[in-house]
Amino acid sequence: MTEPALEVLNLKKAFGGLAVTQDVSLIVQPGERRLIIGPNGAGKTTLFNQISGDLRPNSGQIKLFGTDITRLPPYKRAHRGLSRTYQIITLFADDTIEHNVSLGLLGLRPSRWQMWWPMSQYRDIATEARRALDAVGLLELAGHPVSDIAYGERRRVELAVALAQRPRVLLLDEPLAGLSNAERSTVKALIASIPRETTVVMIEHDMDTALDLAETVTLLNYGRVIVDGERDAVIADERTREVYLGT
Amino acid sequence: MKWIAAALIGGSLLLPPFLAGDFYINLASQILIAAIFALSLNLLVGFGGMTSLGHASYLGVAAYLSALLTSQYGLGHGAAAIISISGTVAMAGFFGVIALRATGLGFLMITLALSQVLWGLAYRMSNVTNGDNGITGLTRPAPFGISLESPVSFYWFVLIVTTTAFLMMTIFVSSAFGSSLKGVRDQPRRMAALGFNPWLIRWITFVYAGFWGGISGLLYVYYHKYIHPTSLSTTSSAEALLGVIAGGSGALGGPAVGAALVLLLKNYASAYIERWNMLLGLVFLFIVLVMPTGIVPGFSRLTARLRGETR
Repeated sequence: MTEPALEVLNLKKAFGGLAVTQDVSLIVQPGERRLIIGPNGAGKTTLFNQISGDLRPNSGQIKLFGTDITRLPPYKRAHRGLSRTYQIITLFADDTIEHNVSLGLLGLRPSRWQMWWPMSQYRDIATEARRALDAVGLLELAGHPVSDIAYGERRRVELAVALAQRPRVLLLDEPLAGLSNAERSTVKALIASIPRETTVVMIEHDMDTALDLAETVTLLNYGRVIVDGERDAVIADERTREVYLGT
Repeated sequence: MKWIAAALIGGSLLLPPFLAGDFYINLASQILIAAIFALSLNLLVGFGGMTSLGHASYLGVAAYLSALLTSQYGLGHGAAAIISISGTVAMAGFFGVIALRATGLGFLMITLALSQVLWGLAYRMSNVTNGDNGITGLTRPAPFGISLESPVSFYWFVLIVTTTAFLMMTIFVSSAFGSSLKGVRDQPRRMAALGFNPWLIRWITFVYAGFWGGISGLLYVYYHKYIHPTSLSTTSSAEALLGVIAGGSGALGGPAVGAALVLLLKNYASAYIERWNMLLGLVFLFIVLVMPTGIVPGFSRLTARLRGETR
């Protein structure tokens, strides 16, 4: 039997007296498309931050392909194949789009410690960065600073940075947030085209769009897993309607 | 345009030995030493986002070690220089481990505290450092048998070291590692998620800055042939920081210009104006108000505007 891509076991996190993740457990199989839903303040991003290593849980365990990564710093998790995007875009606004993607590629290579040649000397990095930008339809803008491009295009750059790393598990934190309908369609198509070698776990509020992408859904509320399972079963569950859909 | 400016500056650095008297040649040597010191501090401040108020520690420790080893232990300048720089780098490594437990204001306070400890030691351990009297009677090295006793020969020596330092630091910040450093300065969390180790990147930069701070310390003690606890003081660190901010921490050459400005005001204006510190304050205020990013970036922006460029 294959190891799950991502296992979260009895994860707990509290800020002072406020418990934001309470005994959360979920198992994501390789290649799965998992959607995490829940109302504002449900603890979705806090859960992502613990999985990516930005926050350390109070207790519980996180495993990536069977390896315990609970105590690993974020950069070591990235080297083990975990990549993420952020709800609030965190690109380097003054640098070019290509530079942003190249940094993502550099981060996983030994050449990041090299103190002699500029990053631009690495032809393989430039080629891969341009390929990643081509995949998200931004190749012609590669030389532009991020500050010059529209918000929807920045979302695609974020995706390009993450995908360029060829992650084994990709965490997408509200990739459709703030996008117009046309941009949503573009980003949705991009997410749908992510190869199966990459397991995708996504937080998204836009249910109409996100449910099309998901195979399994986890519903969080007040830091707890309320419902977890196949998409249709979770949607049909009365608790989902109560907590999230409001019907 | 940038290359023309660089050629003009480079060319002008060759002129003092031919055009100026000993006083100005010595002043130019001091400016170059201060420039190396400010450039090394700028690796932390401008490129690493780590504002330090303890950078004089590296200048002072390298200078004291060299002075003690040559005057009290009879070592030659070559061996003393190697041991001094190695010791300074080791100390920077240790201080980095302590200071980099914090960022921002916490980092600044730790660097300040550590430098105060060294300053206090230099004052109080008078059996070793000769306390407030400093260490006198030092000599300059004679590399390859060339005496550096004359202002001209010493100026050429300092110019060679400064040029090397500038080139090495330029290569450092322009390298792949330099890109990582700038990334960690702007968005450490993002960089960690991309696979970079922000702490280690900062620590390596801290040690590298300490190395060049130590080099400037050696030149400092060679120039003055004397070392006093004030070289380790907060004032020394603050003056360098002032130079970095005034010259422009975002530009490679900015700190050198800022260091020149501070040193000129300190050495030249103080001969005419008793309250030269006040003048320095006013000049600094003027720069902050008119060119908030510093002199070099300010002039770059001004020339770009004059050429009709929008960015």
